[in-house]
Amino acid sequence: MYDVVIAGAGIVGAACAYECAREGLKVAVLERDFIGAGATAAGMGHVVVMDDSEAQFALTRYSQQLWQELASELPDDCEYVQTGTLWVAADEEEMSEVRRKHQFYSQRKVPSEILDARSLDAAEPQLRTGLAGALFVKEDAVVYPPCVARYLLERARDLGARVLMGRQVIRLDDEGAGFDDGTVMKGAVMVNAAGAHAASVHPDLPIVPRKGHLLITERYPGFVRHQLIELGYLKSAHKSAADSVAFNIQPRKTGQLLIGSSRQYAVDSPEIDRSILSRMLARATQYIPTLAGLSSLRVWTGLRAATPDNLPLIGRCPGYRYVFAAAGHEGLGITTSLATARLLIDELMSRSPAISPEPYSVQRNTAVHG
Amino acid sequence: MTGIEREVVIVGAGPAGISAACVVAETGRSALLIDDNPSPGGQIWREQDRHGSDWQASHWLRRMHLYRVDVMSGATVIDGDPGRRAIVCETANSVSTIRYKKLILATGARELFLPFPGWTLPNVMGAGGLQALVKSGMPISGKRVVVAGSGPLLLAVGAYLKGQGARVLAIAEQASWSRLARFGLGLPKQPYKLAETWQLKRALFRVPYRAGAWVEAALGGTVLERVRLRVSHRYWEAPCDYLAVGYGLVPNIELAVSLGCQLSGGCVQVDSMQQTSVPDILCAGETTGIGGVELALMEGRIAGFSAIGDRLNAQWLFSDRERFRRFARRLQKAFTLREELRHLPSEETLVCRCEDVSYRRIAPMSGWRAAKLHTRCGMGPCQGRVCGPAAEFLFGWNCQSARPPVFPARIDSLIEHVDK
Amino acid sequence: MADSVWISIDELPVEVEHGTTVAAAILKSDTAGFRRSVTGKWRGPVCGMGICFECRVTINGQPHRRSCLVYCESGMMVRTK
Repeated sequence: MYDVVIAGAGIVGAACAYECAREGLKVAVLERDFIGAGATAAGMGHVVVMDDSEAQFALTRYSQQLWQELASELPDDCEYVQTGTLWVAADEEEMSEVRRKHQFYSQRKVPSEILDARSLDAAEPQLRTGLAGALFVKEDAVVYPPCVARYLLERARDLGARVLMGRQVIRLDDEGAGFDDGTVMKGAVMVNAAGAHAASVHPDLPIVPRKGHLLITERYPGFVRHQLIELGYLKSAHKSAADSVAFNIQPRKTGQLLIGSSRQYAVDSPEIDRSILSRMLARATQYIPTLAGLSSLRVWTGLRAATPDNLPLIGRCPGYRYVFAAAGHEGLGITTSLATARLLIDELMSRSPAISPEPYSVQRNTAVHG
Repeated sequence: MTGIEREVVIVGAGPAGISAACVVAETGRSALLIDDNPSPGGQIWREQDRHGSDWQASHWLRRMHLYRVDVMSGATVIDGDPGRRAIVCETANSVSTIRYKKLILATGARELFLPFPGWTLPNVMGAGGLQALVKSGMPISGKRVVVAGSGPLLLAVGAYLKGQGARVLAIAEQASWSRLARFGLGLPKQPYKLAETWQLKRALFRVPYRAGAWVEAALGGTVLERVRLRVSHRYWEAPCDYLAVGYGLVPNIELAVSLGCQLSGGCVQVDSMQQTSVPDILCAGETTGIGGVELALMEGRIAGFSAIGDRLNAQWLFSDRERFRRFARRLQKAFTLREELRHLPSEETLVCRCEDVSYRRIAPMSGWRAAKLHTRCGMGPCQGRVCGPAAEFLFGWNCQSARPPVFPARIDSLIEHVDK
Repeated sequence: MADSVWISIDELPVEVEHGTTVAAAILKSDTAGFRRSVTGKWRGPVCGMGICFECRVTINGQPHRRSCLVYCESGMMVRTK
């Protein structure tokens, strides 16, 4: 019997396994595919502080600080680089959003700086001229998530954790984890970290897939230097329930560029949607016209595990004594994985956490959904 | 973006594609032949259009011109949508959507490259690769060349290079004499039967042909300097300028897979009319199974007749096609790759040449997707076309993974997609 | 040469026959390698048919071009790395 049985070896499951193993708990991680095969592999790997809500800010900032602590020990293939984020404002209206964000971050001691049109042009010469400016959030970083998940699991293994591949959990309850072949693995505590599949293990979790497309290019070192995101992302399309695209580009340590982003609801097929891909790339070239001539190597899709209020589900599941959730991280799973694991272990060990866990409790969401 | 529409669109201007296009064009229908190389002919008839000496090639290329087959060279098919019967095609400075009533895939094959120490040194090339480069203007006269790997292509390449003035030091065939003999391809020490098949006997006069021999290592500082062969239980080492090594052929199935065509045994599955599992998409030539130029021509013609609904004329060719397929199967068996080749890479030998990923890092992975995500193997611009088949041979993985675009494509080409 | 084309490879002029690919021209010019791999090793062409991407060079300022698929044209500027 294990102390903790974790379903899912994505970055969230891996972070939870590492935290539990560090406490001396006997941990088993169950993965139906391989390490980081789901959203961990599909996503961008942007460690970013967000300000959509106080709760989102608290979790992302806390987690970002944990990333900064972890960074020095990460192996090279994790590709951690503190690029910072430039929130790009196209016009004066978006510049007022830059100023609001700047004030928000300054009050909370997050280093940021307002760039006017000229300094934006100097910072990222490939951006088209005529943009209004940007907010430079300095401590944001990029990382290669599958290798981080593998590293965290290796560390957990060093501390005695077992990682079992090819085991598909179909049910988690107070008894243990039930597999598709009818067997059960017993644990004192079960953790649902199954990402976009979390709701197939626990149908009451209010998680729906939100599909995204990404493209990666050939190597163009120095083409852009920061993670670049349009501020339209915040104020318009991405907030509604309709399919949407936004300009979001990330320089990889390799010199490659990751280009996003798209959001589509209620779609769970992995097929590439040519029409939304076209819109997404057209949007990106509106900001960086020279992107058009670059060579793209691959396009793929991923499913984000989205919740109604865009906050993850962390903690005990209602109706169970020993089943916990660490799921529903939407597009911020890489950023918030480390904080999620801390909140979980603090709850398991009955310690007081660094930030209030209330906004992420599973209860609040199930209540929203009745 | 330009929009083009043709009754029959053929991808790949090698023997299969050209013969299919001719059959269609001879009936007065519009046929468009698309190819990514700078001129038609495919690998086997490369540059035959300019300075051809192969009678078969000139015959078909003449017909292609005579019947005014439209040829779009230097054009890569990067995506497609079978539902809308359209493909997207990129050239050096344009992109176009091409609509078809019938699509014939004749994308041919590439060489199988297997990793061994030193295989990434400049001047270590494919066997067909070196031949292709010489045909496109690379000087080879007086250069010392070792040809190695497996299959009938080695003899053709050896003879061609010798004809161009190269000093072919040896042809090393990994299959053993006894195996070649068993399949009726050679008498001990004398590959005459096989050479006859390829009409190469005279051309290969005084070139040592060693069966049961393979490259252990390519040696050199920044470029190739020496090659070390294993010849049964002995080693043979010699200085050389070029090493041309290919272990047979791998069908180019990527476009077919991305269009949803079903595979069988690593090749595109077709029925007797060369029809794939996807409506209105046919396939012919090496992509349906490695079989050589005669079979490719036969399949191309059948696909051409099939595309225009001429079942009767197609059926006349069925028995010939079967005869060539039987011969192809025999060849495949004779040249089955030996176990020792799986153990050639050292721990530090690179398997993925685009991302420089070593054997040591890939070997412990649970499969192809895990290897890709955790080591970047297969994630470079060749999209796994080289390391995928190698990993399949080395580790027994299924290395099929088709993500668009079919080939690396400009971002503006992906903006101009089929729906637009 | 009767039907010849001049191109520049790493700023050195090279004369080739019409219908020569850029890859063949580079091999003719005795340049050591075509590109540096991601870990800095010299590489040259392998497949000769646009599959392996080892022969990538910069042609007229455009990086990542497969030199085996491009014919030399008069005045072309080729850069290896």
